[in-house]
Amino acid sequence: MTTATIAGKQLTVDDEGFLTDPQQWDETIAPALATNIGLELSDDHWAVLRFLRSDFASEGETATLRRVSTIGGFPTKQLYQLFPKKPAKKMAYVAGLPKPKGCI
Amino acid sequence: MKRLVVIGAGTAGTMIVNKLSRELDDDWSITVVDRDDEHQYQPGFLFIPFGDYKPADVVRSRHAQIDDRATMVLESVDRVDADANSVVLMDGRTLEYDYLVIASGTHPNPAETPGLLGDEWRKSIFDFYTLEGATALHEALEDFTRGRLVVNIMETPIKCPVAPLEFAFLADSFFRQRGIRDQVELVYATPMPAVFTKPIAAERLGHLLDDRDIKVETDFYVERVEGTSLVSYDEREVDFDLLVTVPVNSGAEFVARSGLGDELNHVAVDKHTFLSKAHRNIFAIGDAADLPTSKAGSVAHFSVDVFVPNFIDYVAGRPMTEAFDGHANCFVESGDGKALLIDFNYDTEPLPGSYPVPGIGPFRLLTETVVNHIGKKAFKWTYWNVLLPGRPLPVPNRMSMAGKIQTNQGDDKT
Repeated sequence: MTTATIAGKQLTVDDEGFLTDPQQWDETIAPALATNIGLELSDDHWAVLRFLRSDFASEGETATLRRVSTIGGFPTKQLYQLFPKKPAKKMAYVAGLPKPKGCI
Repeated sequence: MKRLVVIGAGTAGTMIVNKLSRELDDDWSITVVDRDDEHQYQPGFLFIPFGDYKPADVVRSRHAQIDDRATMVLESVDRVDADANSVVLMDGRTLEYDYLVIASGTHPNPAETPGLLGDEWRKSIFDFYTLEGATALHEALEDFTRGRLVVNIMETPIKCPVAPLEFAFLADSFFRQRGIRDQVELVYATPMPAVFTKPIAAERLGHLLDDRDIKVETDFYVERVEGTSLVSYDEREVDFDLLVTVPVNSGAEFVARSGLGDELNHVAVDKHTFLSKAHRNIFAIGDAADLPTSKAGSVAHFSVDVFVPNFIDYVAGRPMTEAFDGHANCFVESGDGKALLIDFNYDTEPLPGSYPVPGIGPFRLLTETVVNHIGKKAFKWTYWNVLLPGRPLPVPNRMSMAGKIQTNQGDDKT
């Protein structure tokens, strides 16, 4: 783990640049994180990010793509347009949440 | 008279009924309901496609595993009426309860993926998480002499998440022993960003796929199946001659009908006590629950060990003092008569070392050994004769750091 300066704030990140503490995230950080992976945040991006943050606050886990589509109401195809190629990972990165993981 | 109803006589449900039949006094009635009388030893399914086990080796009567003090009802559940504290069965009967345990598991749901149940289903597309699928796949593998075999996971979570990887390793070994490995292309397609996502497992095991010339397609989230092609949401295509798929897993339909499930019909529970987040007299345990750990028999086993003393306290009005730590312990077949062993929990990723006796083993963690494989095969006897009857196994339910080798990377906390 290392410290990175993002949007003028000192934040702890892992070796892939993911925030290690979701509490360090706020909405001023997201645009800088998005820029790091070549995204510019639109209203549609923000709607997804706010769902992810509120779902994480209540569930304690990063929502899966299925959860974002069925509970959040964002079709999976749209998530692939908003966060191309690797939506689950990119959404988690910009939202400052733990990335998707398996057991091993 | 107090009434406990358990839905599901699989690993978790059977263990709970047998342990509580001994622990609870005569004031209690225990009823367990399941839709059929076939208890399937699911870890054995992996060995059926390769001809090591026959279907009869992995099935016994559910009823025969259940303590005589409990009542078994064979009927499907229509719904749980949580407000009325009753379980409504498909034949119209109702089972009233004071406490309910949902242990109805999770199941492959191929209908979730458009095109999967099309013309190629059970012709060139097979699953091995059902007895029928594993048996049909055995015949297909016997006839498969050349071409591209794709192992794919539609979506996570799935039960026994290492099984598809084990299948790929065993297939490599199977084709090598038949002398046709060079005629077969093996591809492993996963929706995850990597096969191994935990740092130490990735570092120690990443070579296993390369060594076996198994090609990997990552971030491959299937939207649909078209003929003999898997098509992902980002329009990549993976063609197959033989597809071994792990369909989307979802919990029992009655969970959804009862309004108790999440987006995949798993029941939301407290991850340390299994108490429903919505109802104070409902628990969900095993694969049926939404625990953030693997859906696996070992998790069901360790969970029951925590649940039983907690339940005794809870129904007596005392606080539950045991807390489940997410402990899972899984053998991973790697082919050629060897296996790996992994041991982890909510907070600690799989680490190398020895298990269960520190420094001695006999099992080696994150290392391929013959003894690990023998342990995996011997577990079938243990399952029927020790685990299901609720007899104590000489392994702790809480994960232990003893015998594990920690490295600087071992700070993975998610």
